[in-house]
Amino acid sequence: MVPAGHYLIVSGILFAIGLLGLLTRRNILLILLSIELMLNAANLAFIAGSALHGDARGQITAFFVMVIAAAEVTVGLAITVLLFRMKNSVDTRDIGSLKG
Amino acid sequence: MKGFSVRLLLFYLSSGIAILSALSVIFASRPTRALLSLIVTMFCLSVLYLLLGAPFIAMVHLIVYAGAVLVLFLFVIMLQGIGAADTPFFARFQKSHLFTGSLAVILLLAGLLTVLKKIVPVQSTEVDGSIQTIGRLLFHEYLVPFELTSFLLLLGVLAAVSLVKGEE
Repeated sequence: MVPAGHYLIVSGILFAIGLLGLLTRRNILLILLSIELMLNAANLAFIAGSALHGDARGQITAFFVMVIAAAEVTVGLAITVLLFRMKNSVDTRDIGSLKG
Repeated sequence: MKGFSVRLLLFYLSSGIAILSALSVIFASRPTRALLSLIVTMFCLSVLYLLLGAPFIAMVHLIVYAGAVLVLFLFVIMLQGIGAADTPFFARFQKSHLFTGSLAVILLLAGLLTVLKKIVPVQSTEVDGSIQTIGRLLFHEYLVPFELTSFLLLLGVLAAVSLVKGEE
């Protein structure tokens, strides 16, 4: 069996890639996709922890994270559609009206 | 021994493909390509879940992500009509954030790897992730959080509808 620590390393790498996308991309949709990637990396860590301890509760946590990610996506996409209607753009540079 | 090596091969194969396609999500030139790469990542992740002894979560993950969330993304991208437009390489990134972003990511990875070095040799144990176990836990021990999540989903739907419809 592959030790669960290897899965944790994969999850850490995926989380780092997601963070890089979140911090550097300019397209709002890609920022949302990076957030999805980070949530899934965290899920992998939960399930690897569940295998590390032999306890199925980690999988329940992953299940709840999945539900919350689905709710987050609906609201995030609604906001994206609204922004696109108002500004006709999905570039974060064009959305600066909160700047003082 | 044979089963062991097949598992090892599956682990390296699917985690390698997952990391490569995650990188292509970040560096993709078109939103549609990024989305399709993310679907590949999701499939590889569900293989990893199966290897970790979580068949129920793996299947729910496939249905929820590949089936629902990413299709929703695809609809929004198609509606906006920006999916087919190529962006040149440096226009994809916020240049002022490129240095700080990669610095933060490198620091995060270094910290994580030093912490995880201690955990790696620990052998994992068999976990029972069957539908029976998950269902029993979900409807006995975690009944209240489970009901709260259904409320959260309802709130999400209401928020999305009122955000998009409320303008007219």
